[in-house]
Amino acid sequence: MPTLMPAPTTAAGASWYAGQRPITVAVLAMGGEGGGVLADWIVAVAEGAGHHAQTTSVAGVAQRTGATVYYVELHPPVPGDVAGGRPEPVLSVFPAPGEVDLVVASELMECGRAVQRGFATPDRTTLITSTNRVYSIDEKSHLGDGRVDTSALLDAAGKAAKRLVAEDFAAIAGRHGSVISASLLGAVAGSGVLPFARSAYEDAIRAAGKGVEPSLAAFSGGFDAAAPPRPTSVPVDITIGPRPVSPQERKDREEARRTEIAATDPASLVGPDLAGLAVGTLELPRAVRSTVLHGLVRTGLYQDVDYARRYLDRVVRIASCGDDELTVAVARQLALWMCYQDTIHVALQKCRARRMERVRTEAKATRAQLSRVHEYLHPQVDEITDTLPVRLGAALRRSRLFARVVGRVTKDGMVLDTTSVRGYAMLATMARMRPLRPRSLRFAREQEAIGAWLDLIVEIAADDPDLAREVAECQRVLKGYGATWEHGMESYTALVSAARSLRGRPSAAATLADLRAAALADEDGTALKGALAGL
Amino acid sequence: MAERSFAAEVAKLRLGAGETLHVEGILAVTKALLQSGVAYVGGYQGAPISHLMDVLGDASEILDELDIRFENSASEATAAAMLAASVHQPLRGAITFKSPVGTNVASDALANLASGGVTGGALVILGEDYGEGSSIMQERSHAFAMKSQMWLLDPRPNITAIVDAVEAGFELSEASNTPVFLELRLRSCHLHGGFVAKDNVRPPMTVREAADAPRRAVDRIVLPPASFAHEKEKLADRWPAAVRFIRERGLNEVFPGSPEATDVGILVQGGLYNTMNRALELLGCSDSHGRSRIPVYVMNVTYPVVDAEVLDFCADKKAVIMVEEGQPDYIEQNLHAILRRAGSITTLHGKDLLAPGGEYTTQVVTRGLADFLTTYVPDLVAARPALLRDADDPTSPFAPRVAADVVRPRPPGLCTGCPERPIFSGLKLAERETGQHHVSADIGCHLFAINAPFDLGATTMGYGLGAAGAAALSAPGSEQRAISIMGDGGFWHNGLTSGVGNAVFNRSDQVMVVVDNDYAAATGGQDVLSSHADTERRSTQHPIEKAARGLGVTNATTIDHTYDVQRVKDTFLRAFRRKKGSGPELLVMQSECQLNRQRRVRKERSDKLKRGERVVRERFGVDPETCTGDHACVRISGCPSLTITDNPDPLRSDPIATVLDSCVGCGVCGNNAHAAVLCPSFYRTDVVDNPTRGERLRGAFRSRWIALAGRALERHAARMEPVTEKEAA
Repeated sequence: MPTLMPAPTTAAGASWYAGQRPITVAVLAMGGEGGGVLADWIVAVAEGAGHHAQTTSVAGVAQRTGATVYYVELHPPVPGDVAGGRPEPVLSVFPAPGEVDLVVASELMECGRAVQRGFATPDRTTLITSTNRVYSIDEKSHLGDGRVDTSALLDAAGKAAKRLVAEDFAAIAGRHGSVISASLLGAVAGSGVLPFARSAYEDAIRAAGKGVEPSLAAFSGGFDAAAPPRPTSVPVDITIGPRPVSPQERKDREEARRTEIAATDPASLVGPDLAGLAVGTLELPRAVRSTVLHGLVRTGLYQDVDYARRYLDRVVRIASCGDDELTVAVARQLALWMCYQDTIHVALQKCRARRMERVRTEAKATRAQLSRVHEYLHPQVDEITDTLPVRLGAALRRSRLFARVVGRVTKDGMVLDTTSVRGYAMLATMARMRPLRPRSLRFAREQEAIGAWLDLIVEIAADDPDLAREVAECQRVLKGYGATWEHGMESYTALVSAARSLRGRPSAAATLADLRAAALADEDGTALKGALAGL
Repeated sequence: MAERSFAAEVAKLRLGAGETLHVEGILAVTKALLQSGVAYVGGYQGAPISHLMDVLGDASEILDELDIRFENSASEATAAAMLAASVHQPLRGAITFKSPVGTNVASDALANLASGGVTGGALVILGEDYGEGSSIMQERSHAFAMKSQMWLLDPRPNITAIVDAVEAGFELSEASNTPVFLELRLRSCHLHGGFVAKDNVRPPMTVREAADAPRRAVDRIVLPPASFAHEKEKLADRWPAAVRFIRERGLNEVFPGSPEATDVGILVQGGLYNTMNRALELLGCSDSHGRSRIPVYVMNVTYPVVDAEVLDFCADKKAVIMVEEGQPDYIEQNLHAILRRAGSITTLHGKDLLAPGGEYTTQVVTRGLADFLTTYVPDLVAARPALLRDADDPTSPFAPRVAADVVRPRPPGLCTGCPERPIFSGLKLAERETGQHHVSADIGCHLFAINAPFDLGATTMGYGLGAAGAAALSAPGSEQRAISIMGDGGFWHNGLTSGVGNAVFNRSDQVMVVVDNDYAAATGGQDVLSSHADTERRSTQHPIEKAARGLGVTNATTIDHTYDVQRVKDTFLRAFRRKKGSGPELLVMQSECQLNRQRRVRKERSDKLKRGERVVRERFGVDPETCTGDHACVRISGCPSLTITDNPDPLRSDPIATVLDSCVGCGVCGNNAHAAVLCPSFYRTDVVDNPTRGERLRGAFRSRWIALAGRALERHAARMEPVTEKEAA
């Protein structure tokens, strides 16, 4: 006979809805982030308080950086005997959409996943999320900017939570030299969703016995971030730490500040040798000055005052078309193109004192520690001949012997110790070859291309300003070094010739924008070819 | 050494009768084995039962005290064959592996074992890797139980129930002379809960005692005529004996339900009981202690199905529903046969109302039961939870609150500093020169190469079958030599014979890559034959290349530093360009699994720092001004520590590459930049703790030299850059 269980003595009815239910907690994290540690801490606290606790996870291969869900159920202590039922509460191994009391996400996109899967719902869930981003592989590999919109994720979190606690818990943990599980546990405690005292959580951390002091400090930081808001009753209680400022917002603010200064004292935004040119920007429309001043500094540093003047002249020519938006776009892209990355400029960037300082800060090197910096360089024959005066460069470019010698030296790349006497001397010497640049092969080539680009913009601006702006933006596909740059140049050439043939069509600008996106969609130009074929 | 140490938890295995253990499912199973007087244990690691093997490995002291033999079996087939010890001898033996993949491998031995039957209890603990988080094909182990007539226990996800099932499993096995499967679903293995312990039991007979007193009975050996007799025995003796034991011990459970619900009933696999009860709670038909108003028959034994119990339960019921996860619907089909044969008119529902396949989550079961109950006993459905609402209802949990395209997939990938990454970077770069090759992949971390950014690998045919999977496509004569990938785990599991031996014998032309990272890394860092670790209990340090050469491979290269991308790339190119028909070529790519290495190195480092010794820490970086944000480096690496960040340049908007603090300085970024001729943005910073006196002096001199040599450049910059910018910097 099967084991016969007694019949229900009380009408079980809707006991779930009368509150006879476990507290449900879902933790969404990436493998290796400590989501399991967080779940275990919560269980330890709950068991310490006499709750029945159950946690499950689906580790599997997800433990290797993949998205993972840990699920915890905590059932309050059961008084005495359970008439006619199982002695222990029957707990579930799955979070049920719409029935999760507390969702903890270690990262903002994982929070989005919790919302998407229906774990976080506005009628029930306290949603604690860290606002930091760990970019997914498709966001990272995009040739341009493939990042998803952070504010869309935050909005979703707000819509899906009864109460939202959003804060950069990774940064809090980092400040205390701890891990995110500790600051998130603090937030869990601080949110007050679980019926346990702060000290119980802290005891669990102490009992775990690893990195206790930093963990407790991070816990405390997380606790304060999530402590219940003042009892102003709004439909959704939201505790959002300093809302993450998007990079664009930050840049916009800085630009606004600079625009103010540029209106009265443009010379203060450039070095002393460029002061005269800076004053000249007062002739330009207010909206473009800040960008042009950036360009002056950049071109001046890249070459000299004459080169900066040439930059300004080019911008003034575009400004005469009378389209401020176009002028800003050109001023920006022109500065970047005129300062194309050649070996001389890279050497300069590597040699700057502030760069050496930044590297040390980034490596968190203290005064007592020594640091060495090794560059991974692999100058190609073309890159070397490109920087040499035209005739010499062309001759060497043809020379098989030279190619073989350079090839031998740089085939496997070279690792240069910038912090050594020899290494620094080499780089600094390279950086000081600046005066040779205007006579180089590449310089001539780029100036010619820039000239043609500007001519085309001026020409098109007369009848289709939208298209002209898009042509200006085409410079963005010119990126990288060596083969990547060459590929960019091929894309650029294709885009510009498309722009010519698109002239006169009603939606030319939009079409060109789509083509530019296609150029940045893959590495081998398939998308662009396809898009061009579809015209 | 395994990735996770259970040294602390293992102490709990010593707890005696009456003490309560709060542990993970896996540890509970181990304790249950000790309480059952098991004489020997074997198995092969793999999620979700890897930890069972790790716990046993860490518990060697306790096992020794009890004279229990424990082996890390070479494969699941080895583990299953180990149960041969229980055929003639009254020894209790348990083995464990991931299922159904492990059961596939083990099925030859299991079929032979099941044919002759057992004297001592033989328990096969299956980690059923099905549903979310699973890494394998979605199939059921149930089929193996049916085909070999081994009994299948499916305890509910509750630690006490699981512990009881282990003990009952041995008894059932002995009562019916049949090996028994104990199925632990993925989530049950990682379930945390509590149970009351019993004392550990020393096996009444140890393996040593058994070996010293050999026994044999020719009628237990699978060869005619005994094999024909075995089949009859299974049906005439063992099956009825099993049914008798199951009924006498009340292994299955019946909840009679409320009087008004006697018309209907639910039959459920034990493993799904908790989910079913939660569904009933949500529908207002049960409570948190399982006091269901609907009659429920809980099948803690899912094979064999006990006909009499099913008929008793279904008697006088208008309709019942079978809650059975996965497909095919073996149990449902079985119930149909039972009911029809008995002339029952009870309607049987199952996969017509529940999902035909896939994991039975709370959501799936609630929807199916809601349909069933609403049809037959609508008055009993006291509540309708939110998850029943359609997505177009704004109060539904599935109402779209986030745009689908902002939540991107996040598949598992290679860890920071993984030594396998540069192998695939090198292969990808080599293919840029030679064009694409057919790549036959295998099971292991290296399989992650099928995803972005590598996109390498066309098929995976099973553990250690990478080389075998390339057999047909590596016939001599093709321009593009086929490549196969295998891990060291797969190589020793069976790849040495099924892949390497096969390729030699059949004069295959493939390039066989064996990724040798010192451990069976994907399953949690267990040691294998070629591990470099010195271990007391296992014999290691047997080189892969030597084994392959022993089988007749002549072209073999071992690269002992995979991080040298250029060398990896050149090695591939050399292999690709070798003249056609030169036979199989073996490339052993050897570097230690970084996850395991870091655990080792971090400790060594902190010890050295404590002693005030010189320590060098390496990490990579990207110069933000030099990086133009094309992310070519990411597309050839995919390292979690190599990511993107806001572009600090006011004139640029596309994000630039950056290296996070989690960088372990493996060197792949720099080597990739070289091998792929990327950009000059990468640099390596060596931070030296406790530098020597000479180093410090040289450092001071260098700083002064750098200041001097850079003066002209800084002067030029000072003429061009505004003061504020410099100050800010």
